[in-house]
Amino acid sequence: MAELPREAWITGIGIVSCLGEGLEAHWAGFAESKRVIDTETYAPYIVHPLAPIDFDKQIPKKGDQRQMEPWQRIGTYAAGLALDSAGVKGNKELLGRMDMIVAAGGGERDEAVDSAILTALPKAERPDIFLNERLMNDLRPTLFLAQLSNLLAGNVSIVHGVTGSSRTFMGEESAGADAVRIALARIKAGQSEIALVGGSYNGQRSDVVMLFEFGGYCLKGEFKPVWERAAQPGFAIASLGAFLVVENRAHAEARGATPIARLSAVASGYSDRGQPGAIKDELGRLWAKVVGTLGPGAAVISGATGVATATAEERDFLASHPELPVRATGTLVGHGVEPQMVMNVALAALAVSRGKLFPPNGAFERPMDGPLTQAVVTGVGHWRGEGLGLVEAVGRDAPG
Amino acid sequence: MASIRDKSGRPVVVVTGMGVVTSLAAGKDDNWKKLTAGESGIRSITRFDTTGLKTRIAGTVDFVPVDPLTSPALAGRLADMAAEEAVAQSGIGSKGRFPGPLFLAVAPVEVEWPQRQELAKASGANDQVAYADLIRAASSGKFRHYHERFMFSSVSDTLAQKYGTEGAPISLSTACASGASSIQLGFEAIRRGETNAALCVATDGSVNVESLIRFSLLSALSISNDPPQGASKPFSKNRDGFVMAEGAGALVLESYEAAKARGANILGVMAGIGELADSFHRTRSSPDGKPIVGCMRRALDDAGVTPEDIDYINAHGTSTPENDKMECQCVITVFGEHAKKIPISSTKSMIGHTLSAAGAIEAVVTLMTLEHQRIPPTINYNVPDPGITLDVVPNVARDAKMERAISNSFGFGGQNVSLVLAREPA
Repeated sequence: MAELPREAWITGIGIVSCLGEGLEAHWAGFAESKRVIDTETYAPYIVHPLAPIDFDKQIPKKGDQRQMEPWQRIGTYAAGLALDSAGVKGNKELLGRMDMIVAAGGGERDEAVDSAILTALPKAERPDIFLNERLMNDLRPTLFLAQLSNLLAGNVSIVHGVTGSSRTFMGEESAGADAVRIALARIKAGQSEIALVGGSYNGQRSDVVMLFEFGGYCLKGEFKPVWERAAQPGFAIASLGAFLVVENRAHAEARGATPIARLSAVASGYSDRGQPGAIKDELGRLWAKVVGTLGPGAAVISGATGVATATAEERDFLASHPELPVRATGTLVGHGVEPQMVMNVALAALAVSRGKLFPPNGAFERPMDGPLTQAVVTGVGHWRGEGLGLVEAVGRDAPG
Repeated sequence: MASIRDKSGRPVVVVTGMGVVTSLAAGKDDNWKKLTAGESGIRSITRFDTTGLKTRIAGTVDFVPVDPLTSPALAGRLADMAAEEAVAQSGIGSKGRFPGPLFLAVAPVEVEWPQRQELAKASGANDQVAYADLIRAASSGKFRHYHERFMFSSVSDTLAQKYGTEGAPISLSTACASGASSIQLGFEAIRRGETNAALCVATDGSVNVESLIRFSLLSALSISNDPPQGASKPFSKNRDGFVMAEGAGALVLESYEAAKARGANILGVMAGIGELADSFHRTRSSPDGKPIVGCMRRALDDAGVTPEDIDYINAHGTSTPENDKMECQCVITVFGEHAKKIPISSTKSMIGHTLSAAGAIEAVVTLMTLEHQRIPPTINYNVPDPGITLDVVPNVARDAKMERAISNSFGFGGQNVSLVLAREPA
């Protein structure tokens, strides 16, 4: 007997952002287009700060929290929410064979140490030796572990017991698209039954404002929705965390899990950004691979950042599908780089599970009244990489 | 004729091209000569002033000029050299068109001290330098090139463009298991039938002052600075930490079917890969060894072989007190009575610990070991550790008849990956 094609369900979601924590807070935040921005701390740059969070609820040991920097706490917290949401928290047997793919950048600098060293270095008699001395004395050993990209996954293993496998993808926005893509491909191919996939970002850091401002990518001045930043392009860096539990349907059914949505397809691309129109063309290729036929209840959840060329070309591309309402989530949750695609797949699953799209922000986005059953998720990196996913209501015909 | 599918019906994955750069040399031939002669690539650091530092040695790759020198720039250059050797040997695709994806193991990327100092100066801040000053300088547009340089995707971007790999390149880190993970991702993609080929590259060029100090503050590094060549002494009683090193390894993986169809020379078979994460501690292995034992067992199961089928172990063997003891105990648990009959050597005794690159470099070395039927030694083995009862191939290379080997990689954050490599079946 031939086996039925394997199907991947999203059975757990853990999200935190400026809008709060969990599905309800995000649904409410999007319903009222709640704007949470900090225009002062990094002025003139705008960031989306993390909502107040009681980390004890998902990271009970203070010792564990002390071993982490904020980006890891955010991620470990969101991962815990996802495991709770899937009903697998504490299930040692299952977590011991759960696969994990994390999309991560690097950790925080100690800004006080960096500033003090930079201040004193020019006056030091022997600058090289002075630097050695200061680093030996001032760097905290634990900070190093907080800076290593794979130590978010490490902390999720320690705090939540996820140990089936552990891979960390880096490389800005592409990391998130590929994390979801590979998790899905492994499940569909029978290489995995259940996976935790996600990541986190701490956007409330001067060092990342500096990093992206090398290229002039940070949003400054007046806040506008992402589609309306042509005059002053840029993304508003966000603190956020997003994790999904993605599971083979039969595995989910066997343990009586309730699906939130189906993760039908994900593809990632890599256009030659030196060529005008390349992003638009790449989105077209990915669309042909991922989307297939859409019904009337379809919409686009866009990861558009507000960065000039990337957002303009995505907008051009989406304009060729005028039947589809579009929502750029970055207007409300901001841009968290590596985990952004995961966040948007989560928000798409949320909307599909409620059967309804949230209200528009800005003129490019038009209202949608009818029921929502399919959401195409875009993720165009600010500098490199494109991603596209399809999230559908469970109960629609399974993909072939 | 050997089967193109394994016992579970999955495509058999083979290696058709390999490249390597270490502090010993560039290229497989010169590395092999030096490894089998028991030479060390560890030296005193001259790249920066080490006055006042506890550790003043490393396996730096000083013969590859990179200007301006940053870790990602050096990592990129080393990765390119290894990839070029691997792709040329495989003869796959055409120039600038590699018919498969790129999986790149690379260290996390950060702005470094020379750039910070440059920004501080450009900011014109006189008294106190704050990050606001650095941001102001960054926003001037004069440092646009640093955006690209310090993106995590910058190294894979350059490689993907040069080799014309397909789709989005994946940059990954599983700490000191990264190299093995890059192979694992390519291996799985071929097994899924997504692609017939994958370019798996792992690189590290991280010997800069802050990285060295960070590892030093964790008390992970050897402080046996004199002579540098004697510092990395895996399995010895007086081992006192690992030695940071640089290098890159690259492997062209292909489905056996596609490789045979194009008449490629088969260098070896990627027979199986095991993985199991550890939830015990951020830098230490679970004292019961279960994750490492489970990892090796999964690799054997995945390859469809028994412990008795393994003829050689290329150890993770970092030369830290804890790793070598734990690895030895776990090998004994997995291999039982057979453990004492299996030669196990640590090529880190000569190359040092190339961190993100180690898993791929050691996979290349292990396949050369099978090819030449000769085992590179564990050098600096002068004070045996009575707690380590394995045959560590002390100090001198040895000929042996081998069909199959296992290569271990373990990393901070509870990362464990084991590869089972084999000769092409007759």
